[in-house]
Amino acid sequence: MTVRPGRIAVHIALILYTILALGPIFLILINAFKTRRAIFADPLGLPNAQTLTTIGFDRVFANSDFGLYFFNSMTVTVVSLVLIVLIGAMAAWALTEYRFRGNTLLSLYLAIGIMVPIRLGSVSILRMMVELNLVNTLTALILVYVAQGLPLAILILGEFIQQIPKDLRDAARCDGVSEYRIFFSIILPLISPAIATVAVFTMVPVWNDLWFPLILAPGDGKQTITLGVQQFIGQYVTDWNAVLASLTLAIAPVLVLYLLFSRYLVRGLTAGAVK
Amino acid sequence: MTDLTASSVQSTDVVPARSRFPIHIAVFLAPALAIYTLFSIYPLIDTIRLSLYAGDETGARSFVGLQNFETLLMDPNWSGQFWNALTNNLIFFAIHMVVQNGIGLGLAMLLSLPRLTGGSVYRTLIFLPTMLSVVIIGFIWQLILNPLWGIAPSLLKAVGLGGLFGPWLGQESTALLTVSLISVWQFVGIPMMLIYAALLNIPDDLLDAATVDGAGPFSVFWFVRLPLILPTLGVVSILTFVANFNAFDLIYAIKGALAGPNFSTDILGTFFYRTFFGFQLQVGSPTMGAAVATAMLIIILIGILIYLFGVQRRLQRHTF
Repeated sequence: MTVRPGRIAVHIALILYTILALGPIFLILINAFKTRRAIFADPLGLPNAQTLTTIGFDRVFANSDFGLYFFNSMTVTVVSLVLIVLIGAMAAWALTEYRFRGNTLLSLYLAIGIMVPIRLGSVSILRMMVELNLVNTLTALILVYVAQGLPLAILILGEFIQQIPKDLRDAARCDGVSEYRIFFSIILPLISPAIATVAVFTMVPVWNDLWFPLILAPGDGKQTITLGVQQFIGQYVTDWNAVLASLTLAIAPVLVLYLLFSRYLVRGLTAGAVK
Repeated sequence: MTDLTASSVQSTDVVPARSRFPIHIAVFLAPALAIYTLFSIYPLIDTIRLSLYAGDETGARSFVGLQNFETLLMDPNWSGQFWNALTNNLIFFAIHMVVQNGIGLGLAMLLSLPRLTGGSVYRTLIFLPTMLSVVIIGFIWQLILNPLWGIAPSLLKAVGLGGLFGPWLGQESTALLTVSLISVWQFVGIPMMLIYAALLNIPDDLLDAATVDGAGPFSVFWFVRLPLILPTLGVVSILTFVANFNAFDLIYAIKGALAGPNFSTDILGTFFYRTFFGFQLQVGSPTMGAAVATAMLIIILIGILIYLFGVQRRLQRHTF
């Protein structure tokens, strides 16, 4: 099969854009491992025997609690995701499976949160968290993120639950199985493929968010990694080794996870779009 | 849909009183409704309520009606900043609509070409920046565009455009454009993916039929594919609108809460933050902050209504 010249042009365009998309990230990663002199003398060069150093990372670990921030982000993201999936699936199940008064109205009410950003309620959220004594706790962040993630999760999970064959639950009902057991033993295990889609839309924004950590948990060692990096760079702005190293530490875990799971993430995103 | 539902089965053998709301439905719904209402809907409503109050130094609040909004729109100390932020936000949005969604559409067209080798690799890699935190992206570009490091001017020189370089993030005339393009660079993956998925959904028969009828590639795009993906372009537009009028992180990371130089990158999100928390000499005001948030809410709702009743309806009539 001969390659048409048009195809070559397409590939050149796509390769150029890919370089534009990845170049800046690559540049940060390679320079994080170089000496200050090499960062300025040869920014595009890969680190070699003379220029390789981890001094930036040493300084980051000596001067900040990166491990702790990472742990905070992990806790907030994982707990939020588990709650969103569990609580969201319960609500999605109730709204798609049962017909009752106010069903449509409730669905509409829950849909408000898909479009209206919860951030605009920050003044009241902060007041509430102060009253509940939850400022500078991870609980405050988790509660807000669950409220923020639920509407879209309910929509996605609802569409997914509708596709599960009705025979399964009807058979269970004939056997006198309770509605709770039908949900927890039959439906919940079946929705696991939809979790990837929900994860794309809820985990990434939660992990990357700056606004709520800045407002609700800016101190007391409860910073998330995004806020931690922001505060660290604010202090060490002239220390290029440390700045590049802290950026690399923030990028690396997301990069690894993305490359491992990108297939599911991309599929989730395109599947969500089709609906 | 209308077959025997659980509630009717249940109510005959478990729940004795038929008129009562089935308890298991309430149990399934309660946690979601409670958290969502308490931490999402209530704060939004309470924010609107707070915007009608004014607080003094002692912390006492009194009802002032629409006075906060009058201050925001008329008082010379406030209105200049508000209109500046709104104008900048509109420019920010316009740049996203044209550049981000334009490039996204172009990339999606290329990626949806039949039998393209390596398509999923391109998609995965081009989408990568979208996954990273806006804060991280902001710092990355701040370093790259930093004249001290000099990597941007030397790269430009390599392609013969060395004379164009300037401290883009530091100049009042170019800062907003530069910040917008950084955001475009990061989020181009989202329109690309959504439009790509829509293009894949177009049945091949339609395209084949058009080709057989003698339509060239350009006419196929313009008269067959574009009309069919218009609903997706509508979704992309409203998502861009809401995200842009709610943006904050990038400007805060690159320029701080003051959105310099001289407020030239100030958008509604940073204006809201400054009003709420205060900066330098100005004391933060929760009630004025609530007024700014309410104004943002109104702007976003107007956008959503235009989309729902203007764009989406017309598009559906157009395509089906």
